[in-house]
Amino acid sequence: MKWGVIVFPGSNCDRDCAHVLADVLDQDVNLIWHGDSSLGELDAVVLPGGFSYGDYLRTGAIAQLSPIMHAVQEFTRTGGLVLGICNGFQILLEAGLLPGAMLPNVGLSFICEDVRVKVENADTPFTRHYESGQVIRLPIAHAEGNYHTDPVTQAALQANAQIVFRYCRTDGTVTEQANPNGSLDNIAGIRNAAGNVLGLMPHPERCAEALLDNEDGQLLFRSMIDSVMSRQAEKPAAS
Amino acid sequence: MIRAKIHVTLKSGILDPQGRAIRQSLETLGFAGVTDVRVGKFLEIELNQDDPAEAEAQLKAMCETLLANTVIEEYRYELEPQPSQHAS
Repeated sequence: MKWGVIVFPGSNCDRDCAHVLADVLDQDVNLIWHGDSSLGELDAVVLPGGFSYGDYLRTGAIAQLSPIMHAVQEFTRTGGLVLGICNGFQILLEAGLLPGAMLPNVGLSFICEDVRVKVENADTPFTRHYESGQVIRLPIAHAEGNYHTDPVTQAALQANAQIVFRYCRTDGTVTEQANPNGSLDNIAGIRNAAGNVLGLMPHPERCAEALLDNEDGQLLFRSMIDSVMSRQAEKPAAS
Repeated sequence: MIRAKIHVTLKSGILDPQGRAIRQSLETLGFAGVTDVRVGKFLEIELNQDDPAEAEAQLKAMCETLLANTVIEEYRYELEPQPSQHAS
C-alpha cells in the first residue's frame, strides 16, 4: 500500500511517521513537499505533527493554504484516507476538512506526557483493530489541543459517532480530571461525516513499536492498511 | 493608499485562558476591579487602494479566509485613508 506523508516547513514528525510505516509496517512511503501540487497515486495521506510555519497566526492556518492542500482536498473528496496527527489535525481543522477549531490548552502549558484515550468508535477505517471502549495509552505533545466547536456541530459529532477518541482515566471513565487540555467533551480525535478523514492530537507514531515499550498506536496504522486492502479486494477487477 | 487596522478577538463565550491568566496577574499586582481580560490580535494592513468600498470587500475576504478563524474568532476593522506618497 502506498502512503504519502506531507512535509510542511516546520513539520517535525514526518520522518517518525515514515519510519513506522516503512520500517515497522513494511509500507511504501513517499515524503511529499508541501509546495508540490500533486500527490501521485496514493492509498492514504498523513499530515504529520510539528509546528508548520512556526504556528504563525494560528496553528495550521498558513499550512492549510499550501499548494499540496488542493490535492489533499481532492483526495478527500474521492474517498481517500487522510490522517492528521497533532499539527496535522490542526491543519485539517483550518482547512475545513474537519469541523471545529483549536484553542490554547486551558492551563496554557505545552503538555508532553502519556495520556489514556478511550476508543469511542472502533467501526472506522482508522480504528477497526481496536475495540469500542478500549483504553489505550498514547503520548500527547501540544500547546493548542483544546478542541472547540459550536453546540450544533457538537451534537452532530455525537449523533454521527464522529468522536473517535476521548481522553479518559485508566478505567475508561471520561472525566474532567482526565482531560489534559480543556478539550470540549474530552475530545482527543474526530472523523469527518463521510468517515475517511481522522484528526487526533495524540501521537500514534510515537508508540508503534516494541522498542518504545508501547505499541498501542500501531493498530491505528494497521487498521488503515487493512481498510485499504479490503476495499481493494472488493473492487471488481478492471476489465 | 488605505491603511486598515484589524482586530481579531475570540467570540464572546469562548474561554480565553490567556486573558484569564492576565486578569489574575493584574489582580496579584494590586489592580483591583479588573473583571475580565480578553486577548486578541491586532494587524495593520496597507492597501494600494483608494476606494474604501473596494478595500472593505478585500479586507472582509482576507479576514474570512485567513486572518480570523470564524469558528472561534470575530473581527472588526477601521479604514484610514493615507495621503498619497506622490504628493509634493
